[in-house]
Amino acid sequence: MSTNNTDSSILLEMKNVSIEGYSDESWHPIINQVDLSIRRGEVLGLIGESGAGKSTLGLAAMGFVRSGCRFTGGSVLFNGKDLTKMNEREKQKLWGTKFSYVAQSAAAAFNPAHRLINQTIEASVSHGIGKQDQLQREAIKLYREMQLPNPEEIGDRYPHQVSGGQLQRTMTAMAMTSKPDLIIFDEPTTALDVTTQVNVLATIRNIVKEHNTAAIYITHDLAVVAQMADRIQVLRYGDTIEESETNNMLKTPKEDYTKSLWAVRSIKKKEKKTTDSILSIENVDASYGSGPKVLQNVSINVPKGGTVAIVGESGSGKSTTARVITGLLPPQKGRIFFEGKKLEANLDERSKENLRRIQMIYQSPDTSMNPRHTVKDIVGRPLEFYHNMKGNEYSKRVIELLNLIELDESFIDRLPSELSGGQKQRICIARALAAEPELIICDEVTSALDQIVQEGILKLLLRLQSEFNISYIFITHDIATVKAISDEVVVMHNGYVVEQGMKSKIFSPPHPDYTKLLLSSVPEMDPKWLTKILSSQKSKY
Amino acid sequence: MSKLDNQYSAKDEVATVFIRRTFFQRALITLKKAPFTAWLGMTIVCVYIFVAVFAPFIAPYGEAQIFKDPYAPWDEIHVFGTDRLGRDILSRLIYGARNTMGIAILTTLLAFIIGGGLGLLAAILRGWVDQFLARFVDILMAIPSLIFALMLLSIFGSTAFNLIIIIAVLDSTRVFRLSRAVGMNVAVMEYVEAARLRGEKISWIMGREILPNILPPLVAEFGLRFCYVFLMIASLSFLGVGIQPPTADWGSMVRETGELIQYAQYDITAAMTPILPAAAIGILTIGVNFVVDWFLYLTSGLKDEHK
Repeated sequence: MSTNNTDSSILLEMKNVSIEGYSDESWHPIINQVDLSIRRGEVLGLIGESGAGKSTLGLAAMGFVRSGCRFTGGSVLFNGKDLTKMNEREKQKLWGTKFSYVAQSAAAAFNPAHRLINQTIEASVSHGIGKQDQLQREAIKLYREMQLPNPEEIGDRYPHQVSGGQLQRTMTAMAMTSKPDLIIFDEPTTALDVTTQVNVLATIRNIVKEHNTAAIYITHDLAVVAQMADRIQVLRYGDTIEESETNNMLKTPKEDYTKSLWAVRSIKKKEKKTTDSILSIENVDASYGSGPKVLQNVSINVPKGGTVAIVGESGSGKSTTARVITGLLPPQKGRIFFEGKKLEANLDERSKENLRRIQMIYQSPDTSMNPRHTVKDIVGRPLEFYHNMKGNEYSKRVIELLNLIELDESFIDRLPSELSGGQKQRICIARALAAEPELIICDEVTSALDQIVQEGILKLLLRLQSEFNISYIFITHDIATVKAISDEVVVMHNGYVVEQGMKSKIFSPPHPDYTKLLLSSVPEMDPKWLTKILSSQKSKY
Repeated sequence: MSKLDNQYSAKDEVATVFIRRTFFQRALITLKKAPFTAWLGMTIVCVYIFVAVFAPFIAPYGEAQIFKDPYAPWDEIHVFGTDRLGRDILSRLIYGARNTMGIAILTTLLAFIIGGGLGLLAAILRGWVDQFLARFVDILMAIPSLIFALMLLSIFGSTAFNLIIIIAVLDSTRVFRLSRAVGMNVAVMEYVEAARLRGEKISWIMGREILPNILPPLVAEFGLRFCYVFLMIASLSFLGVGIQPPTADWGSMVRETGELIQYAQYDITAAMTPILPAAAIGILTIGVNFVVDWFLYLTSGLKDEHK
């Protein structure tokens, strides 16, 4: 638009940037002398696991550090001026005009008490970029470019009245209103379903290209960054591991670490057909309170010693199914059988023995472990509770369980806050194992984790399955995970079971419409994937 | 990069591990950083506790010991003079610490056991239990508590036991509301759900899963509640239905010596006499509040560590 397409001068250059953070009464390095440069109109992908310093570096590009962090060296040159040497007021003039920031969770970034359009233009109004009504017209134009439904009226809604994907697009529109030179996208699609993600990615990509805006795109998902970025920079522990053009990076990664990021989706479980059933639910209807039905006529069968993956986007009823099985939500209709015997619908009526046999692992290990209990308390409680273990036997078994999940006794006195994400999830697995269950329900257990940690957890689950013949119900929205570990697959949509069958059958055509959409929406490493998928979706309509 | 990732190991994942310190070491570090007001508050509270515990050894005379001249002036024998029956004011002030604070602590504890227990129960069970308890508490809270306490004490008689029970029940309504509200936030966490799925009894969920996580606001509330209870006892004693003579307590001491204040133009020290127990009440309230403020600041998480 305003900027010249042929202008490819360097917009932002970070040299030897070092940042430290304060914790436990001392300063620790977060970023170690990292260089980063970006030209006008270029999209740079920043990729790495959590804790790699991606977000810190992204914010540092705006000359900003979070409270509790400080610059300890280097310079951030924006149009030739060093941001680290500017005072707050000078930087504030740039923020919201030359720079914009799109956060991961749009839901948390919007003020629920104000209409979307007012929030969209708020920064531009306060910086005096234009008149209120003129900015509103521009915002509506942006809404249209973002392919939001009813662009004229959607701005009058409040944040809770639009969907997550729409909110994320509104937030991108918000970042664009001031016509910034650089936008920083911090994991803008991580919280979205795959089917929604495709649309958001496409709109972000188009708008950045059309307005010739430079962007830094931060993500941990390689397939996503491959679609978006011209150039990729890989970060780890605050260091740059590798940096090159997207195509080169995908074809010929140089460093071992980068290669390991590529190799992650490599576990494959051989499909196993079992006829014995351990759990089956028949014709279940369920709802919360007197609300609409969340599950309708759901029947699922879990083979003994096998893995059933339940897939679908959020709101499809996956987690509700788990709540019905565990007895937290007694169904309105239908029955549950465990090893051929009818299981009481309500949790409180089930015997201790039946409770022991079905265990559950949650998506977020942060909230599923009591922050005031030590690892020993957490892993040991089922031992004490179900198996009456005490004293020496108890301590020995706790250590045995820790070894089983590839940790050791040095972890025994730690609190959950002193564990990494992957270790926390392992402790949750140990807690489930301590009960010696026959069925474990895994609710999105890997979706909060980094790729490399995910692989470790999945391998562990597979090994435990073959050692103890445990059955799994694996709830996930991630198709790659399903391919990796399941025997059978159940596809759910809007509370119905769309399809159920062996993995090989579900993943080979012909597919019902919904399964097809779901499968095609999973990003692939091919940088041309997004373009292809969009043109194939367009040709249908 | 020195680390090779082909040998991935869960043990090597990086997490923030805090230095293991004993409770005592941690307390020492925290105390070192305490602001002046916190120190002042702690000193005040410690002095009061010391006086209350060792009252018989500190006080020059007995609590109800009567001397021959009532309204004696301040002198070497009776530092703060005597009251209208000839009892030594200083001794009664010292014993008053023991009686007023002792009853206030017992009452607050009882209020927390009743209010905290029921509040957590309501937070976990929800449904009609919650509705019933919450509405009952609403009714109790709708009646002005001082007047209600006065009425109940006149009905049941002003014994120390009745005083404790009545104020505890009336005050437990506030504790109920707080513990229900904070307990509700914890009760919806997945680890509580996990405990229910395990088949844990409600007492375990209350005591082991929820309570440790809501302790900081409850401890802070304990300090504030203690002040309110203590002021309420003093008010009731001032009105004559609280702690009964000859037991010394600050509220009734203010009432008994109150008329002396009008002689200020003739004898300033005599006029100061009713101020002393009132000041004892005031200073303790301020001291406790200083400590609670600091504690809330430490546990609220709203602080900016780098100032």
